[in-house]
Amino acid sequence: MALDSSTVEKIAHLARLGIDAKDVPEYARNLSDIFAFVEQLNAVDCSGVVPMAHPMEASQRLREDVVTEQNLRDKFQAHAPKVEVGLYLVPKVIE
Amino acid sequence: MHNKTLAELAAGLKAKTFSSEELTRHFLGRIERFDPKLNSFVTTTAEGALAQARAADASIAGGEVGPLLGIPYAHKDIFCTDGVRTSCGSKMLDNFIAPYNATVTSKLLAAGAVMLGKTNMDEFAMGSSNETSFYGPVKNPWNLDVVPGGSSGGSAAAVAARLAPAATGTDTGGSIRQPAALCNLTGIKPTYGRVSRYGMIAFASSLDQAGPMTRTAEDAAIMLGAMAGFDARDSTSIDRPVDDYRAALGNSLKGLKVGLPKEYFGEGLDPAVGAVVQTAIDELKKLGAEPVEITLPNTGLAVPTYYVVAPAECSSNLSRFDGVRFGYRCENPKDLEDLYKRSRGEGFGPEVKRRIMIGTYALSAGYYDAYYLKAQQVRHLIADDFKQAFEKVDVILGPTSPTVAFKIGEKFNDPVTMYLSDIYTIAVNLAGLPGMSIPAGFAHDLPVGLQLIGNYFDEARLLNVAHQYQQVSDWHQRSPAGFE
Amino acid sequence: MEWETVIGLEIHAQLATKSKIFSAAATAYGAEPNTQACAVDLGMPGVLPVLNKEAVRMAAKFGLATSSTVAERSVFARKNYFYPDLPKGYQISQYELPIVQHGILDIELEDGTTKRIGVTRAHLEEDAGKSLHEDFHGQTGVDLNRAGTPLLEIVSEPDMRSAKEAVAYMKKIHSLVRYLEICDGNMQEGSFRCDANVSVRPKGQKEFGTRAEIKNINSFRYVEKAINYEVERQIEIIENGGKIVQETRLYDANKDETRSMRAKEEANDYRYFPDPDLLPVELDAEFIEQVRATLPELPDAKKLRFVEQYGLSAYDAAVLTASRELADYYESVVTSVGSEPKLCANWVMGDVSGFLNKENKEIGESPVSAELLAGMIKRIVDNTISGKIAKDVFEAMWNGEGDADAVIDKKGLKQITDTGAIETAINDIMAKNPKQVEGYRAGQDKLLGFFVGQVMKAMGGKANPAQLNELLKKMLAG
Repeated sequence: MALDSSTVEKIAHLARLGIDAKDVPEYARNLSDIFAFVEQLNAVDCSGVVPMAHPMEASQRLREDVVTEQNLRDKFQAHAPKVEVGLYLVPKVIE
Repeated sequence: MHNKTLAELAAGLKAKTFSSEELTRHFLGRIERFDPKLNSFVTTTAEGALAQARAADASIAGGEVGPLLGIPYAHKDIFCTDGVRTSCGSKMLDNFIAPYNATVTSKLLAAGAVMLGKTNMDEFAMGSSNETSFYGPVKNPWNLDVVPGGSSGGSAAAVAARLAPAATGTDTGGSIRQPAALCNLTGIKPTYGRVSRYGMIAFASSLDQAGPMTRTAEDAAIMLGAMAGFDARDSTSIDRPVDDYRAALGNSLKGLKVGLPKEYFGEGLDPAVGAVVQTAIDELKKLGAEPVEITLPNTGLAVPTYYVVAPAECSSNLSRFDGVRFGYRCENPKDLEDLYKRSRGEGFGPEVKRRIMIGTYALSAGYYDAYYLKAQQVRHLIADDFKQAFEKVDVILGPTSPTVAFKIGEKFNDPVTMYLSDIYTIAVNLAGLPGMSIPAGFAHDLPVGLQLIGNYFDEARLLNVAHQYQQVSDWHQRSPAGFE
Repeated sequence: MEWETVIGLEIHAQLATKSKIFSAAATAYGAEPNTQACAVDLGMPGVLPVLNKEAVRMAAKFGLATSSTVAERSVFARKNYFYPDLPKGYQISQYELPIVQHGILDIELEDGTTKRIGVTRAHLEEDAGKSLHEDFHGQTGVDLNRAGTPLLEIVSEPDMRSAKEAVAYMKKIHSLVRYLEICDGNMQEGSFRCDANVSVRPKGQKEFGTRAEIKNINSFRYVEKAINYEVERQIEIIENGGKIVQETRLYDANKDETRSMRAKEEANDYRYFPDPDLLPVELDAEFIEQVRATLPELPDAKKLRFVEQYGLSAYDAAVLTASRELADYYESVVTSVGSEPKLCANWVMGDVSGFLNKENKEIGESPVSAELLAGMIKRIVDNTISGKIAKDVFEAMWNGEGDADAVIDKKGLKQITDTGAIETAINDIMAKNPKQVEGYRAGQDKLLGFFVGQVMKAMGGKANPAQLNELLKKMLAG
């Protein structure tokens, strides 16, 4: 299956990846190759096969409702890109 | 000192033949001298290592003993290390000082092991050649023109060149076993859930497992014993006692049923590699093992399945790298979208971006069933293949990689060919089984790895087979020239 | 044309756990920014989620209380999108296999009938952080304290046909989650929020019209106003030949209108898939039974019991059981007084509620405890004070002047039941008002009220009303 440039741009946007326009055809070619390769899965008859999300058949362990975490804000924010009065700053969000 | 195994080093420390500080200085010196050729370390932590070594020496003087107490090791830069840069081989985390320790880091710290530094790796563990690292490719000590394998290529090169006696690795599709094979090392990827993933930067959560990379099976047993165990912080960690891996090393292989999957010896396998593996099988036969031909009919589907499942998970796992709370942030973003797109576009390398896009596409509306769901179903078929095989055999054996180490740059621009170099290792991750690679000889003057695959939680048996083989072979003792 | 409104609600209830749904950080409201956001909440590289048992228990409790199916196996999925208040770039939620499904809830309509509303599902998920838009040099500040707070998203069937029904449903859920003690219901703090899916269709048409989703409505009043505005907007568009666009809209309380949030609409591809960091949640019968054992008496059952046990009207019983705290308050008053449940109900619904409303207080904050109120009602019952005097006693107790007996004593409010004293006062008033006595005797019966008032006034309101009435009639008759 071949992915065209506009599909690549759409996916890149969905994944919020900035991609140089000049690299788009290369990505389109690579991704097309990969999906062509993956395409062979379609030939496999999987009727009745349960999808396997985890290698282990186990169930979720439940944690007791206890607060053990301390306030480590200063440590977490020591190398943060942009903080002020304890808040992470981002360009203005318009709702 | 640098040719000694972990067991020998521990004995030397206990007998006070040398101190941990001397040992640590020795390896730090070797790193300083040889690593410029290899590029196996991203960060060295000399100061911290010496402090840990002195603390270990004090403990030893106080009568404390432990198989890793005072022993240096190299840590893959995918494990969070409190206060030490944890880059994951990416520009995205070039400035990331982890604020906490991964469980594996804490366990090794608690065992008294001395961290020499953080090793180079494919960016976010995505690669089979260590060429995708932001810090440049790692060279294979056996031939500086070829790749060490990946993604744990830095760990492999460092141990192979005796810059560290042991290292940690992680394996999502072969990232411990393949570089171990390509660098003449012993490496084991345990059963999924055996080693905690907490603090190990996620690539593909349902496939990632950490394990050791060492020279001998006994060393791997020592390291794995320290790394493994239940962790309440990891929901996928299995609450089950850790076997005494060393205790089982001496067991006889008499009557051991060894499955040889015919799919692992067919088209695509370099005949010279095949011949080396065949010789190793013959050696095992002499030890009493009984080869059984088996079939894993869905082997060919493992790579395409993996290239849906792993990118799908990674596309989501890597969304947290957005330039807001940690890591790389682009200069002067003009709005929120620009912040996201440029931080991620500039912070991730091309292979990571490629995989994020594959995964994003495979999960997107209208394609989920055709790709992701289908791949999860095929994954089940692949796991069932192994289940059936293990009804007949105790271990499965074959080549780790279809070829020896290839030239740097050779496959870099051809992702599908690159992906196929993991054809024998990937199915093991999809099924969640333990897998191991051990040195089995040489082809084209480069190391060849023999892969052992075990049933769930059968790490002790894999280590036992490997150890017995290492009692009658000396491949694992060979070291590359030029690092004396 | 006559139009019919179709409404479905999605209610987000923050679960009242101590720690977050996937981390051991505190959930307390109002902490300094980012001081309750641990490595897991921040989505630091390498961290992993572990599910809070209490959140699961609370969700199951809600399921049992709404006669839902509590799933033996439910699965967490990732909902992927980028937003600054969403640290991981995905929200852990439940998609295909939610923990609660197929429930029902009966609501009371204004005409006294009840209507059954379907609860499609309720699923567990993590809350996001908060974006603060006040000016940080033209930037937005992000506080992730709220990130990871457990939410139960309760999705109704599109069963409601008016804004009033929607409000009744929302109030019922609000009351229920507080009965169950799984959510504090504080709407100001955002613990209980609502999205409304609204559409209109010509009356009689089977198919639903195109719906708009109104986001984040945080009061009962706004739900009603937002829906009414939206219904009018949609009808107007259709009647003018236009088409409704399926979209997300925001209710602006200041302007009393809804407006499109196109920004959030774009690229609405959430790429849900099972979260590989979490395993399926499997609940066995034992777990469910343990949860069932903790269920309190639910509002409907309590209401019925109040009618039967205390002889209250359905209306009174509904008012008193609207919150568990109020019902508990009422019951402890009745138990303590030991009789007169209707009188007790009147006091709780009357003065107590009135004073609370005036001061914007909850029943738990009432300065007049159930014990104090019961003590006062006992004095009405034993004729120490009249109902009228009791109002003054109540106010004094509200102002902290002690219990009923102390107030009665201090202010000398004890009712006069001494026949002689009342007779003296009556004689006095009769002597002062001969014209009125004459009038009464000539058949102007309503003058009785005048005499009651005058004598009461003369006796400082303390005469026993029944006695006074009786004596007056006798003496006026001559």
